[in-house]
Amino acid sequence: MENESKNIFQSVKMRSENLKAWFGTHEVLHGITLSVPEKYVTAIIGPSGCGKSTFIRCLNRMHEVVPATKVLGSVYLDAIDIYKNSINPVNLRKKVGMVFQKPNPFPTMSIRDNVLAGLRLQGIKPYDAHATVEKALTQAALWDEVKDILNRPGLSLSGGQQQRLCIARTLALEPEVILMDEPCSALDPIATAKIEDLIQELKSKYTVVIVTHNMQQAARVSDVTAFFYLGELIEFDRTEKIFTTPKNRKTEEYVTGRFG
Amino acid sequence: MRHRFLKENTIENAFKAICFLSILLPLVLIVVLIGDAVIDGWSRLSLDFLTGFPSRKPELAGFLPALVGSFYLMLLTSAIAIPLGLGAAIYLEEYAKPGFLTSLIEINISNLAGVPSIIYGLLGLELFVRMSHMGRSLLAGACTLALLLLPMVIMVSRESLRVVPNSLREAGFALGADQWQTIWKIILPMSIPGALTGIILSVARAIGETAPLITIGALTYVAFLPDSIHSAFTAMPIQIFNWISRPQTAFQTNAAAGIVVLLFLMLFFNALAIWLRARLQRKVYW
Repeated sequence: MENESKNIFQSVKMRSENLKAWFGTHEVLHGITLSVPEKYVTAIIGPSGCGKSTFIRCLNRMHEVVPATKVLGSVYLDAIDIYKNSINPVNLRKKVGMVFQKPNPFPTMSIRDNVLAGLRLQGIKPYDAHATVEKALTQAALWDEVKDILNRPGLSLSGGQQQRLCIARTLALEPEVILMDEPCSALDPIATAKIEDLIQELKSKYTVVIVTHNMQQAARVSDVTAFFYLGELIEFDRTEKIFTTPKNRKTEEYVTGRFG
Repeated sequence: MRHRFLKENTIENAFKAICFLSILLPLVLIVVLIGDAVIDGWSRLSLDFLTGFPSRKPELAGFLPALVGSFYLMLLTSAIAIPLGLGAAIYLEEYAKPGFLTSLIEINISNLAGVPSIIYGLLGLELFVRMSHMGRSLLAGACTLALLLLPMVIMVSRESLRVVPNSLREAGFALGADQWQTIWKIILPMSIPGALTGIILSVARAIGETAPLITIGALTYVAFLPDSIHSAFTAMPIQIFNWISRPQTAFQTNAAAGIVVLLFLMLFFNALAIWLRARLQRKVYW
């Protein structure tokens, strides 16, 4: 199964090998081996508590930010093991950006400052701040809606706009991989559709990994889908195969809505 | 049914009345207190009183050294207590790993906030006046008051850090920021307004403190203004205490006038805290 996906998609951007993760003494991931293809959208689906969020939080080392957590195994970005001692997680996160479940623009900042926040936090002065803002907001399909109100607070936008602002904030850092942890679960259907269109746009330049418990969404936006169950990777294949002819009975039961 | 209705209404009204009285009583007491002080001290409340030096003749005695002493004391105390308190709060909230040691520190800080101020006075006398050879100086007074304030500053600062949602810390990390960068540029701008309000209120309380300053030996008769942090000094509450303990009734009038000045300044600081909170929080959109 693993080799199959490698054959389908020539270039692997990220790869986890026997990845295990704990919260305290509770092991939530039992050795995940999975390859994320470059410049495709990879969806991670599975019932609540299956470890899908934990898995993508291991891909940019956000899992360890929570106290009393542990990770074992390897995750490769290109050829580099990001869990090696010499890797600074802070630098890694500049390459592997993340969008969260709830839109979380910075409350003290304007729309413009939110987009520049990543750079400013790191103490980088962009060569042309306005161009950076315009580029990131355009890529996030938000520019036309906010170009005249860039100085308004980020929180004055609607939920869907806030989420696209958070995506723009991530894009401004020009990452290589974008991780999305249920980015639409707090949004209405129209805002969700906009974000889904945006994800389709993003894959021309970025590798996208999206966690979702909305199976239709996974079917709509992703090229490959991984099904997680109880901390194990059950099946990983092209999305249309997962949704039409899954090999595993558990996968079939889940995607046909018989449990979860 | 109607009967039950009536009965509940009676209890409702009684409860409302009790709560109303609970706010009325302290308000009346404060008005009486201020009114009494103003009436007693009215004859001495003048520019001469504010700019004069102490004197053996009550009608010539002024409040200036006490006023200036308290002002310097407040500045120095803030300069010591605020950075230390904020730093400690940031460490405990943002960096410290939960565990036995952290809990021990937390419990001790809460307990320290309840220690009587005279104990801090004794500590200051030994630690600053004697062991550190600061003498009965402004610096020793400020260090002592800073010790007294520290637990309170730490607690209000922690409270204001705790209300910043964790999702914003994660957002900072996910954007490739170090923890200190996230704290400086995201967490602190959001929590400073809240912390500042609490800090100003604690500082305002500290300028009313008398016991620790008497313990470390602040002078009661000072005919000069402090010219350095090593200078001897007096402060408003001490000057008031001194005047009240004089046998001549004319000094009681001075004391009353001093009380009016002290209360006025306290109210001013409280108002400043409220104004600052309103103003700064307008910049934070929750």
